Amino acid sequence: MKTVEEIKAAIEAALPGAGVEIAPNPSPSGQHSLRLAPDRAVEVATFLRDELAFDYLSNATGVDWPDKEIAEKVKVTHQVTKTIDGVEQFIEETVEETRKRVEPGYLEVVYHLYSVEQKQGPLTIRMRTANRTSQVELPSLTPVWRSAEFQEREIFDLYGIVFTGHPDLRRLLMWPEFKDHPMRRDYVEPDDFEWEPTAHDAVLTRAVARRAGKEAGQ
Amino acid sequence: MTETGLLREDRPRGWNRPPVIKPDGEGELLEVAMGPHHPSTHGVFRMDVALDGERVIRLKPVFGYLHRNHEKLAEGMSYLGSMPYTDRLDYICSLTNNWAYALAVEKLTGQEVPERAEYLRVILGELTRVQNHASSIGFLIQEMGATGTPLMYAFKEREKILDLFESLTGSRMMCNYMRFGGCRVDASAAWLDAVRKVVAGLPEFVDEFDRLLSINEILMARTQGVGILRPELAVNAGVTGPMLRASGVNYDIRKVDGYGIYNRFNFRVPLGDHWDVYDRFMIRMLEIRESIQILTQALKDIPSGPVMDPKAKIRGFRPKPGEAYGRIEAPKGELGFYLISDGGPNPYRYRVRPPSLINLTILEDMCLGQNVADVVLIFGSVDIVLGEVDR
Repeated sequence: MKTVEEIKAAIEAALPGAGVEIAPNPSPSGQHSLRLAPDRAVEVATFLRDELAFDYLSNATGVDWPDKEIAEKVKVTHQVTKTIDGVEQFIEETVEETRKRVEPGYLEVVYHLYSVEQKQGPLTIRMRTANRTSQVELPSLTPVWRSAEFQEREIFDLYGIVFTGHPDLRRLLMWPEFKDHPMRRDYVEPDDFEWEPTAHDAVLTRAVARRAGKEAGQ
Repeated sequence: MTETGLLREDRPRGWNRPPVIKPDGEGELLEVAMGPHHPSTHGVFRMDVALDGERVIRLKPVFGYLHRNHEKLAEGMSYLGSMPYTDRLDYICSLTNNWAYALAVEKLTGQEVPERAEYLRVILGELTRVQNHASSIGFLIQEMGATGTPLMYAFKEREKILDLFESLTGSRMMCNYMRFGGCRVDASAAWLDAVRKVVAGLPEFVDEFDRLLSINEILMARTQGVGILRPELAVNAGVTGPMLRASGVNYDIRKVDGYGIYNRFNFRVPLGDHWDVYDRFMIRMLEIRESIQILTQALKDIPSGPVMDPKAKIRGFRPKPGEAYGRIEAPKGELGFYLISDGGPNPYRYRVRPPSLINLTILEDMCLGQNVADVVLIFGSVDIVLGEVDR
């Protein structure tokens, strides 16, 4: 089995400027992955299948990385006017401040490739969307590997990643009228528990309160 | 609710509009919804079929009737907490599900598994394979119209194996037996003797089953040349397990990865020659024989010792950040678990790679041009469990 570095070098030799990066994996499994640039992903995937014999896509899945608020402690130097011994002086003073910065979130797809021909694997490849709300389109790898067909439909259904070039992108597990993407980290379950077959006390209380609220609203 | 701006109302809802006109423009096709309550679908699964007379023109599978978002549930509980839930994926083979999950977590943490536990895993995994293949053959024959009798022959043997599971793990089907770094309880000498007795009786069962079915004229007429799956398409579509080997591709994860201790055993990988339903039936029959070989060797060699890694952490189990993909050769195909840890007590991402769902990707390709009665057979030869398809 070639290492990810060797595979990356092979891709870059064949497709210059393909934008492949290595994403290291610190766990003992040692399964490092390659991050592809979405605009050339199909090209790279075809190369992996035809030239490096990764003919079998085993697993395709999505991961949601929401916006992260990171609090950092930064040392800041101010110029302060202070009166020392009756004389006004400018003094530089170093203060520690906590600054908050928001790291924008994104959605990610992860594919695990194996080679049936050479009995090798796994090679993990991943792609990121630009953000989580408006630009969530990624190229579909179904034209390269058929096994991505239902799995990409499932990712579209549960994560809301839109795969361009997919032959039949519909919801797979949820019903067509459903409006949300349940595997996202910020998904809120709808409050319809009164439909539970064995609704219990707290649920019933909530349902009654909701019904009362609805009537009052009308 | 999240505002995604992606919910396209204009996306075609079902596959079945506009009305289906026959390609030559003469008359309409007959649309049949096979399922979700069709008895041959092993649960709640629908196939929307378009028929020209008896011939299948189009077939679209519809999923999700049993969807409970297993992956989301698992992300909300501890690593060990979702072990019993893996039993409910493919409820015919709960022990191999346990094994695949334990293997993925062991890859994530780098835990070692003691020798005896590895042997117990192999014994239980192969027993699971025997009973899964026997009952899947029984179901296939039942769908051909032989109601009951062949299935009962299979269930007679399956019952003996389930009794063994019950006496070791406490449950016939929901075993919840494997742990990260070993197994939950040790097997007694009496239990191993009971297994030896059952395994000694298995060749006789397979011979009888084989004699009754394999050269049965009706079975051959119904299955030979039906539902052909070409090897290139099978590999490209990610088909695994007996389905892939029936298409003549030599790929068995027990041989390729050699996970656990499988490289210590001698066994052959049966391969299909004609890529049809009969081959899939025959591959399962032959795999039972190979499993008996593995079982005999494992029962001879099993050492004594602990069944749990003594360093394994049970409480406060928090793997270091990272990710791992672990897979095994489950009776239905490649069962994989993909885990991402962020250092917390719950998995950040928990993904099941279900063999049943992905083997269904090429259902339409296998059924096109076949008779509608054969759809049931082809579907039965894929061998799925809806608990795993919909998760």
